[in-house]
Amino acid sequence: MENEENAENGEVLVKPPTLSASDRLAAKKRFRTQRRLSTMKNKVLRNAQWATLKKEKRKVKKEGQKQRKKEAEALGDKAPPKQIPRTIENTREADITTVDHDDEEVTFDITHDEYESYFSKTYVPKILITSSDNPHSKTIHFIRELTKIFPSSECQWRKRSSVKKMIQSAKEKNYTDVVVINEDRRVPNGMLVSHLPDGPTAYFKISNVKLTKDMKYKNIIKEFTTHRPEVILNNFQTRLGQAVSRMLASLFHYDPQFKGRRAVTFHNQRDYIFFRHHRYEFKSQKRAALRELGPRFTLRLKWLQKGTFDTIEGDYEWIIAGKRHEMETSRRRFFL
Amino acid sequence: MENDDIVWSIINKSFCSYKVNTKTQRFCRNEYNLTGLCNRSACPLANSQYATVREEDGNCFLYMKTVERSGFPRNMWEKVKLSKSLEKALRQINEYLIYWPGFIKQKCKQRLLKISQYLIRMRKLRLRRQKKLVPIQRKQERRERRREEKALVAARLDSAIEKELLERLKRGTYGDIYNFPQVAFNKALEEEEDAEVNMEGEDYGEDEENEGEEAEEEIDEELEKELEEESENEEIEYVEADSDLERELESESDMEDIEPKATTSVKDNTRRKPRLEIEYETETLSKNAKRTV
Repeated sequence: MENEENAENGEVLVKPPTLSASDRLAAKKRFRTQRRLSTMKNKVLRNAQWATLKKEKRKVKKEGQKQRKKEAEALGDKAPPKQIPRTIENTREADITTVDHDDEEVTFDITHDEYESYFSKTYVPKILITSSDNPHSKTIHFIRELTKIFPSSECQWRKRSSVKKMIQSAKEKNYTDVVVINEDRRVPNGMLVSHLPDGPTAYFKISNVKLTKDMKYKNIIKEFTTHRPEVILNNFQTRLGQAVSRMLASLFHYDPQFKGRRAVTFHNQRDYIFFRHHRYEFKSQKRAALRELGPRFTLRLKWLQKGTFDTIEGDYEWIIAGKRHEMETSRRRFFL
Repeated sequence: MENDDIVWSIINKSFCSYKVNTKTQRFCRNEYNLTGLCNRSACPLANSQYATVREEDGNCFLYMKTVERSGFPRNMWEKVKLSKSLEKALRQINEYLIYWPGFIKQKCKQRLLKISQYLIRMRKLRLRRQKKLVPIQRKQERRERRREEKALVAARLDSAIEKELLERLKRGTYGDIYNFPQVAFNKALEEEEDAEVNMEGEDYGEDEENEGEEAEEEIDEELEKELEEESENEEIEYVEADSDLERELESESDMEDIEPKATTSVKDNTRRKPRLEIEYETETLSKNAKRTV
């Protein structure tokens, strides 16, 4: 059935290979040795057996590939369509909330949410970045770099104020977004983004933070300019994903300066949002060279709330913590 | 009263279950102990007249023990609730422990002070925001880290970003910033093709051919005109040369001159024929290109 569906694309998901009798016997033998391995107590012998087993398997696989290639060449145009490997993205569970860009209602809903005013270019975002109490050096550096990435952002240190009070005072001072970086074990580990005039609030878990000074190129901080970057949002498929992507996009100025050739990317893959910051240059019409500047980190959405920060009485639109067992039943189910 | 010394001599020298021995000090784990140390004056077992202050749910109580009740272990400790305000509580202690030994009075007051101070601190802390300690779930963390690595590999970020940027270039979001000659030329070609297609599209198929032919005919006509003009010129020159010998000579020379000219002109003509066609095409092309650009 899958094959029928994919035959339209001209591609076919991998089927298990048809084996001859001798091949099947060899496969059985390999299976048996693999089972036997688990009972061998001697680690050295066990590893040696495993290595030989792997070699055999690889050999069989290569032979199969060669044969298939030969057959395809022999048949020429009549060759069966190339098989595409099964990936997690291929076999993702279909989500009801996947956005269909042709559907007018859905696009209407999406465009008329709290970020409508941003996307209609009525205001310039003004961001307040802060941290938890007593930040350590890594967090401090991270925040400083964030102020360079988000145009029109300011950093203020938290002097033991609560988030709700902070949001109140930020509203009075005409900020449009508040970003709070949480720290644990001397390393930034959480990011709270709150859109100010009663906008949605999202909490992300940060991981794999790599600062500019740890990048491969030395002195790359000199390549930072103050041009407004352009934002690339990749692979946000569901309604929730669209909401999150709009939230992240609204932190940047709506009118990027293309002359600066700065690109900021939020790429979603299996519910992990990868942040990258590049300087690009078009070498020709078909090639672009990227040079990575700036920090890189990955975000994972923990919860999304309707109003501003209120963990007790807030209206959670989506949360992973409470219903862990329900949410994590399937390996092929992603929410963004 | 007599018991006290005996009790103390036994407890002190041999064993007391509430005693905790450390390198520098001896502590008393008895809950009614006033100071927490194991001393003759502070031991609740070795003093038949004793008092303590203890706190329960934010309320301070004064516990008193007297000789009269030493035979009734159940009712031995008298519990009095102290006032919440420190001043009043101190006065209450003075009232209840009047005529008691000074050590006990002093220690009770000190203890009450300490308790009230830490209660105040607790209340203040509870009003502030408190760090919520969320336990790390080891397996979850391990799983998430692994999945993130796999997702990173699957994402192939650089190529995805490059693709997106090139798509934006194609779509024209960058406007005129990037002047790729290939781009301009291709655009021009495309637009010229579109224009031709439009023209041809308007008329029917036959007319297309006719137009094409007409164009070619036009070319040929023009060519012929040019050829005629040049041939006329040649003839004229030829006639002039024939008239006189000198003229002939001259003319011969002229002829020679002219002939090569003629030949060259013929040659040029013959050469020009194919060349003209090519030039015609390029001229129209460039003209169109100029128009569109």
